[in-house]
Formats: sequence, structure tokens, C-alpha cells
Amino acid sequence: MTLAALFAVLIGMCLLLVRALLGPTLYDRVLAVNSFGTKTVLVIGLLGYVMGRTDFLDIAILYTLINFVATIAILKFFRYRSFQVPLARRADPAARGGDSNG
Amino acid sequence: MAEFFALIGNTWEVVRFPLGGAACLLGAILCIVGTIGVLRFPDFYTRVHAASITDTSGAGLVLIGMALMAPHWIILVKVFCIMGFLLLTSVTSSHALVNAAHTAGLQPKIGPMGRSGHEEDEEDKH
Amino acid sequence: MAYLLGTFFAIFAFWMGNSGHYKPLMLGFAALSFAITLVLCARLKILDREGAPYVRLFGWLAYYPWLAWEVVKSNWVIIKACLRAELDISPSLVKLKTICKSDLAKVTFANSITMTPGTVTVEIEGDKLLVHGLYEANTQPEAFEEMDRRCARAADPAEKHA
Repeated sequence: MTLAALFAVLIGMCLLLVRALLGPTLYDRVLAVNSFGTKTVLVIGLLGYVMGRTDFLDIAILYTLINFVATIAILKFFRYRSFQVPLARRADPAARGGDSNG
Repeated sequence: MAEFFALIGNTWEVVRFPLGGAACLLGAILCIVGTIGVLRFPDFYTRVHAASITDTSGAGLVLIGMALMAPHWIILVKVFCIMGFLLLTSVTSSHALVNAAHTAGLQPKIGPMGRSGHEEDEEDKH
Repeated sequence: MAYLLGTFFAIFAFWMGNSGHYKPLMLGFAALSFAITLVLCARLKILDREGAPYVRLFGWLAYYPWLAWEVVKSNWVIIKACLRAELDISPSLVKLKTICKSDLAKVTFANSITMTPGTVTVEIEGDKLLVHGLYEANTQPEAFEEMDRRCARAADPAEKHA
């Protein structure tokens, strides 16, 4: 049953790749990649259960966090064309993240 | 009384594996449903809604199934860590996506659609 | 000091739950990494009420089960919308006004709206939110009033920190 779930998630990932390849805008592709990352976490966890090695869940925790950082980094890069800009709201110039960077 | 609790414990040990497997399978099927929505819906903002099925109920059910099948309490703690991180980060990143698209000037399609026209045409127009 | 202790207990629980090795050597490494983490947090100045919001844990514990039920209900609507043979949706943009005061409560509210499938927060400016919804009937401002009230109660307990 876990194996069936694993294959179902893999089918879902294949369908998402279609959207990532033919998505008309950049944001469709980023959405597909983000959802793909969420499913990758599920696949890693289910694979651990199928193989009987639940240590895989550690990797799944790390992948969750890396997926988030990757999405934010892609969006930031396509908005500012650089990774060096401190992320702060324009309406809030005295943001804490901004001044501790210099 | 102790026998009764032992009986419940034994039954739970037998029942939790099929239950967890069923929850995993249901969650995986919901992932496919969300993906079908991502493929079918007409514009970016509506696709985000379909993707959020995968993020909340699909991933949640798969992780609940994993928690039911956990062989050790440490595995349980790890599964709940993944669930907490996943719920926080996927929601935040979908908000960041929509906010970035809106700031960049991508206009959403507003108003009722479907019913009157062919949905396939709306897909192919872009 | 209370924030320091709260952060310490959080990372202590995280380490103990994730490690599974309780030999003296490993515990020594754990103590070392706690110390480094706390020093780095203090240097980053994130040990304030946003960085260590553990006082509000009980409010959130009461709030999230209710939110989970809301998520299940609206999931069902979106699943039907995905699987229907003919596409039948009416997307809309709605402007909301929230009663939440602090940033933490606003974040909780916007996060709950995004977590509920069918509605997603597009932008927050001050106390106004821009929400995109899949069905126009489900995204009237009245539909969010109860969530708003519960968020304010969960994350702004009695205004005593304001």
C-alpha cells in the first residue's frame, strides 16, 4: 500500500513536470517546481518506509527547508536580478533585517 | 481492566498499519488531483489554489499515514517536525509567489468562466 | 531572559526528539551546539517576542484544530472543482480589513487565509489585505470575520504586550 502511494506521488510529479515545461509565465514554472519539491519530500519519506530505513526522514526534513529557501531565492533573483539586495518592505524602511547587514 | 487495555493495545498494533497505508494512498491520490487542477485551471492565480490542495491535505494525509505506521517514537517526532515545517514553509512560499506575480503586474482573470466556452480553448490560447 | 529560556527549551526539545543518541559524548556536542546557537541568536538580536513567541503556544493550540477543520471543508470544494468535467469557477479579488493589531496576529491571519485552499493572500498593507479567491460566493468579506476574530484572540492575548 505504501508502494502504491509512492507510485501515485511519482505519477503526480511527472504530471507537474508537464506544467513546468509548458507553463506560459515564469510564475507557473516556479509554482510547479515548488509543488514538485513538496512531493519530493513525500517521496523521500515514503521510500524510507518502503525500504524499511526510516532514517530517510532526516533527509526529508532538510529537503523541506531547502525547498523553501530555493523558492524564495528564485523569486528574489527574478525580482531584483541579484542576491545581494537585503529583503525589506518598501513601506517599512527601518526594518531590522536591513541595517544589520551593513 | 488491565486485560481490556491490553486488548485495545493489541488491536491498535494490528489495525494501525492498514490504516496508515490507506491514509498514505488517499493523500497520494489527492496529490494527483491537485496536479490535475494545476494542469487544467486557466491562469496562474487559480493554479495556486489547486497546488494548495497538494500542500495541505495531500501532504498532511501522507504524513498522518506515516505517523500511524511509525515504528519508534523518534520517527513520530520527525514526522511531526516535517509536518510543521511543510505547513509553514509551503504556505509562505505560495504567498511569496502570488505577491511577486502581483507586484510584477500579472493580472488575474476575474469573473465566472467555464460553462459558456470550451475550457480546452482557454488552455490553448496562451 | 525569558525569551532566551524559551529558545533554549525549543532547541533542546528539537535536539532530543531528533537525535536518538544519548551517550555522554553526544550530549556534550549537543550542549556545545546549543551554546553556539544561542550566542548567534543573541548576536542577530532575534531573541524578542517575535523570535520566541512561546507564550502564545496555548492560543495557537486552541486555534489550529479549528483551522484544520476549515481546511478540510474547503479542500472538498476545490477537489470537486478540479475533477468536474466542465470548468466552473469564478475567480475574484477581494479587499479585507482586519482587526488584528500586532504583526504576529496579521501574519497568523494571512497565513490561515493562504492555508485554506480556494483563498490566497496577495498583499498586506497596514490593516488591509488583498485576497484572491476561486469562488466569488465563498470570498465575501463576511466569510473571513470569524477567522479574523479567532486569530486576534490567539495571537493578541488581551493587548498586554502592546
